[in-house]
Amino acid sequence: MSIFLNKDSRVIVHGMTGSEGTKHTKRMLKSGTNIVGGVTPGKGGQSVDMDGTSLPVFNSAKEAVAATGANVSVIFVPAKFTKAAVIDAVDAQVPLAVVITEGIPVHDSTQFVAYAQSKGTTRIIGPNCPGLITPGESNVGIIPADITGSGPIGLVSKSGTLTYQMMYELRDIGFSTAVGIGGDPVIGTTHIDSLRAFQDDPKTEAIVMIGEIGGDAEERAAAFIKEYVTKPVVGYVAGFTAPEGKTMGHAGAIVSGSSGTASAKRDALEAVGVRVGVTPSESAQLLRSILGR
Amino acid sequence: MDLFEYQARDLFEAHGIPVLAGKVATTPHEAKRAAAGMGGKVVVKAQVKIGGRGKAGGVKLATDPDDAFAKAEAILGMDIKGHTVHKVMIAQAAPIKEEYYLAILLDRAARSFLVMASVAGGMDIEQVAHETPEKLAKVHIDPAKGIDAALAQSIAQQAQFPSDVQKQVADVLVKLWACFVAEDATLVEVNPLVKTEDGRVIALDGKVTLDDNAGFRHPDHEALVDHASTNPLEALAKEKDLNYVKLDGQVGIIGNGAGLVMSTLDVVAYAGEKFGGMKPANFLDIGGGASAQVMADGLSIILNDKDVKCVFVNVFGGITACDAVANGIIQALEMLGNKATKPIVVRLDGNNVLEGRRILKEANHPLVEQAETMDGAAARAAELAAK
Repeated sequence: MSIFLNKDSRVIVHGMTGSEGTKHTKRMLKSGTNIVGGVTPGKGGQSVDMDGTSLPVFNSAKEAVAATGANVSVIFVPAKFTKAAVIDAVDAQVPLAVVITEGIPVHDSTQFVAYAQSKGTTRIIGPNCPGLITPGESNVGIIPADITGSGPIGLVSKSGTLTYQMMYELRDIGFSTAVGIGGDPVIGTTHIDSLRAFQDDPKTEAIVMIGEIGGDAEERAAAFIKEYVTKPVVGYVAGFTAPEGKTMGHAGAIVSGSSGTASAKRDALEAVGVRVGVTPSESAQLLRSILGR
Repeated sequence: MDLFEYQARDLFEAHGIPVLAGKVATTPHEAKRAAAGMGGKVVVKAQVKIGGRGKAGGVKLATDPDDAFAKAEAILGMDIKGHTVHKVMIAQAAPIKEEYYLAILLDRAARSFLVMASVAGGMDIEQVAHETPEKLAKVHIDPAKGIDAALAQSIAQQAQFPSDVQKQVADVLVKLWACFVAEDATLVEVNPLVKTEDGRVIALDGKVTLDDNAGFRHPDHEALVDHASTNPLEALAKEKDLNYVKLDGQVGIIGNGAGLVMSTLDVVAYAGEKFGGMKPANFLDIGGGASAQVMADGLSIILNDKDVKCVFVNVFGGITACDAVANGIIQALEMLGNKATKPIVVRLDGNNVLEGRRILKEANHPLVEQAETMDGAAARAAELAAK
């Protein structure tokens, strides 16, 4: 078992014919992902060779779903076209849309997240995220597939490279699913959504949650853990040394006044029994001791 | 990007929101001219992107143009909580009867937009929210529907605005929403929104934050950037398209990915406690494609920082392979030649790590040393910086 993504996932790539889309389609295929086609408005009817795999291109997600039975869309289109691509996926009722693109105006993401919620048929992950991987089954986005294999740990993280780092630290144990939810102020799938799914996933035995400065998602996740999660959770929070008022790389990573600080997040998590490491390695060690490995 | 008050005023005016005459001045002479052009009493207001300027003496009433000259002379160059005053705004003085609060902002937690309105204006709204929450109306806005006249009217009623100003307040709110959307703002705040003695509703002071990600559809926003206060190293980094924030420590940091770099800063500060309190000197995320050129640009910015005593390069090879990063470092050092003078601790992990480490080992550059783990590398970098 796993969350959000498994061996039955049939994936279409929005923006497959662009340079980023092509590069990552090849990578995803290589890691075993079942990619069934791509969407590029105006290029429907063509087919594209991806290192020996011929993939059909469609004008819209609706056409792609009708022809291929796709149930996941991964979006690599440039920021100015992303809103249209997400709405296309939602209109086709694709159950999962993973938005890798970064630099999307927050008015656009607020609108497409609200649109997806109003339709109720599409889960959005991202934007500005590395995607997600269920090792050995499917890999959607840009997470390197060969860091580690399948195992009992569930991972949810705002940051891409910290996701890789944590997977690497715990590579001998392995992961059920690792989800990068993205570092933007408005995202489709939150820590809470992922924690709920991991709690309900029989294969996941323990959860690692990686947060960073900005907003209060980690504090709300802490409240949710207290109420709902019985599996052990280990935390890590980045940004203790971040100064107030400066955006640290991710659009959402900013401390404003007393809100969004790393220490407030750590305190909230520790208050509900989540053990929080000072460094990624220490968090990995805490998880090892919990699993007895 | 946060705007200055005068920029917010101009933006409000462009969207039809009622404001008073106001003009920015960078010298006392300009201030005098602006005051003469307006006639009557004016207010001379320090332009700084921080609250509490009134208490700090940054806002003064001037009775005539000569007085405006004197007040501007006193305020220009002032330091308000670490912000130097480079500009003042000369604003028409208005007889104020009541002060209100009105704002539209992005509510991250609700993933939606939020209107906040209160008749208790002119003071810190967080204090109002905390002490008298009943005086602050909060209404979420459906991003697909926005704010029309009817919704604005109902919000004005809900916030208990006096009936004689409700229609005017609602009108301001509709225009404020138009401004919020058209400019891709994440905050438009009017504090105070005032009622004058003669019954007009006017936006007296404003705060606006614009979304940097939306720059591609607002070429005009570039002109609003405050170059005078930008740190020169940050400006240089921006030119090179690098994500850099100057901090006040001694260990220069380069890494890939915002989260990993933030984490690196923390790990260095933590390790630095053992070495006399060494701290990170900057945030620098070189992103996914760590080419030699990007590495050279990054290293040269950090080596230009006179506070830096040692550099820590922390890369986890995801898509980018460690051998490419290692080659990037060596080529970058060749490009920099004798400009590179500070020790560099490199920690590589992930994709093709063995090859990456081998390349650095064989290059045997006198400034470069490797560490196997992030924690170990941080400790070594802090130790070298403390020497």
